[in-house]
Amino acid sequence: MSRSVEELTIGEILEKYPFASAYMEQHNLEVEGKEHLSLGEYLASFSEEEIEDRALDGPAVMLGLREYIARMLSFLGADEQKVRSLTILPGTNKSGEPEGFEEFTIRTGEIIAIVGPTGSGKSRLLGDIEWVAQRDTPTNRQILINGEKPDQKWRFSTSDKLVAQLSQNMNFVMDLTVEEFLHLHAESRMVENRKEVVGKIIACANDLAGEKFDLTTPITSLSGGQSRALMISDTAILSRSPIILIDEIENAGIDRKKALSFLLSQEKIVLMATHDPMLALLGHKRIVIRNGGIDKIIDTSEEERTMLGEIEKVDRKVQNLRASLRRGEILTKDSF
Amino acid sequence: MNLVTVSGPPSSGKTAVILKTIDSYKRQNINVGVIKFDCLHTDDDFLYERAGITVRKGLSGGLCPDHYFVSNIEEAFAWGQKEGFDILISESAGLCNRCSPYIKDVKAICVIDNLSGINTPKKIGPMLKSADIVVITKGDIVSQAEREVFASRVSTVNPRATVIHVNGLTGQGSFELSTLLYDRDLDTESLKGKELRFSMPAALCSYCLGEKRIGEQYQMGNVRKINLEEN
Ligand SMILES: Nc1nc2c(ncn2[C@@H]2O[C@H](COP(=O)(O)OP(=O)(O)OP(=O)(O)O)[C@@H](O)[C@H]2O)c(=O)[nH]1
Ligand SMILES: Nc1ncnc2c1ncn2[C@@H]1O[C@H](COP(=O)(O)OP(=O)(O)O)[C@@H](O)[C@H]1O
Ligand SMILES: [Mg+2]
Ligand SMILES: [Mg+2]
Ligand SMILES: [Zn+2]
Ligand SMILES: [Zn+2]
Repeated sequence: MSRSVEELTIGEILEKYPFASAYMEQHNLEVEGKEHLSLGEYLASFSEEEIEDRALDGPAVMLGLREYIARMLSFLGADEQKVRSLTILPGTNKSGEPEGFEEFTIRTGEIIAIVGPTGSGKSRLLGDIEWVAQRDTPTNRQILINGEKPDQKWRFSTSDKLVAQLSQNMNFVMDLTVEEFLHLHAESRMVENRKEVVGKIIACANDLAGEKFDLTTPITSLSGGQSRALMISDTAILSRSPIILIDEIENAGIDRKKALSFLLSQEKIVLMATHDPMLALLGHKRIVIRNGGIDKIIDTSEEERTMLGEIEKVDRKVQNLRASLRRGEILTKDSF
Repeated sequence: MNLVTVSGPPSSGKTAVILKTIDSYKRQNINVGVIKFDCLHTDDDFLYERAGITVRKGLSGGLCPDHYFVSNIEEAFAWGQKEGFDILISESAGLCNRCSPYIKDVKAICVIDNLSGINTPKKIGPMLKSADIVVITKGDIVSQAEREVFASRVSTVNPRATVIHVNGLTGQGSFELSTLLYDRDLDTESLKGKELRFSMPAALCSYCLGEKRIGEQYQMGNVRKINLEEN
């Protein structure tokens, strides 16, 4: 039996659980030079006035540390319980009628498009997956992971989320360089070989983005395409979430096909709400939502797949035109 | 009746989140009322009314809104019971980062937004640290990475809280939040004898009592001087 946090000195705590220093820092506890004390002794050394000033709640700090360590250990120790498949069991549409499918299983490496008019329930479906619905959402759907009723941890864990979402918005808001930003993110993910991982992310991002950028660029001055590329690369490499939701990535100035195959190479399941023909046909299947329910599930047909080649050509042309315009050129019939 | 206290920095999305959450309750025929506490001015009552929600507001004026909250929540609670609500939600703006309106055994929610900066969780005191549920909003305007970094900071500051992401504009996540706020089997009968989770700062100086003049001779009571000698 190891001794509990209460019995250890601060020095011992930090040695045994190096990540606990983040906890001390976020709680404004200056523990340097106090390593020989237990946390309880250190907390007891504050005067009434200091306690008042710092709004310090000793017992809560103690309980919090215990909880923090437990969470971190489970995050670090978790043999990544591999998500291999996601199964949707039917519920009801907005009129209360059963949905039009038996059960639908999506496996890692698959891209699924979700289509349907505004208000039809696309976001609700994504929400059901994120919340691993157990017939306890308005749709009554049930979600299984690897064919089984999943662990409740997916609902509330901040470090181990089932779903990562690439938002439609392409802004970064933090005032940091690309390097600082990636390090910060890697740190929050408890990554050890940070330098290497950061290098890998930027290399992939530059591969996806039209215009290159480097580690010293402030993230807020990245172009839309660069931001998007960085986000995708960062999410694919750093986020442990096995499922990625994408909201419309058209017109983002990145190689979308490459971006998708990159995500898939990281053994993710990709779900995207889109009406862009190229993206939708890149999907292996598409879910059609109507009146809150899954109306049907369409396999991308051979004919559609052959059309994809044509659509890609058109798409490439449009992208070339965009690049020409950016370079200040005059468009001619030949440039199409 | 259930009482839920919602607090958070100004404009963090409290009203937006509460409105979306109440939508879910309406669909289940759960009757919700709102009491809004603010300092000088609020239009929130109008927003709630427009959504068909029964609301009362209290403006603290010259007092700290959280101090005002504690002095009035018992009456507000009684009002909610008289109205026959299943849930009474209190919304109060956390203004000084030091006070928090949370009561022991009453569900405490802190709403904080992704735009407020990664050092904000550390700066917010008991309002964040002693909340049961932390709702993070405005995830739609930042990247996945920023959401993850921000959420991990929040979890470090308050490891015991359930952290949940809600989009105040689309309502994404609000159904999920609604399942955490209401407990059908819980019926709080009265607030009498209940305690705040954390004491509010003891501040009573001449300025609290209306003094306007600057100068040492006008300062009385609980006065503390800044140290400009060193940093
Ligand atoms: N983009 C985005 N905007 C949001 C979100 N949540 C709230 N907002 C917007 O943020 C602004 C402030 O939201 P409110 O709900 O009024 O914030 P509040 O915390 O109630 O503000 P006070 O009561 O005045 O302190 C409004 O314009 C909302 O529409 C969100 O998740 N995303
Ligand atoms: N099967 C369903 N039963 C009841 N309500 C539903 C169902 N599907 C969706 N809704 C509700 O319909 C509304 C619109 O759905 P939403 O997912 O936002 O649509 P979309 O993303 O396609 O525009 C939401 O309030 C959602 O909760
Ligand atoms: Mg939607
Ligand atoms: Mg408000
Ligand atoms: Zn105050
Ligand atoms: Zn005063």
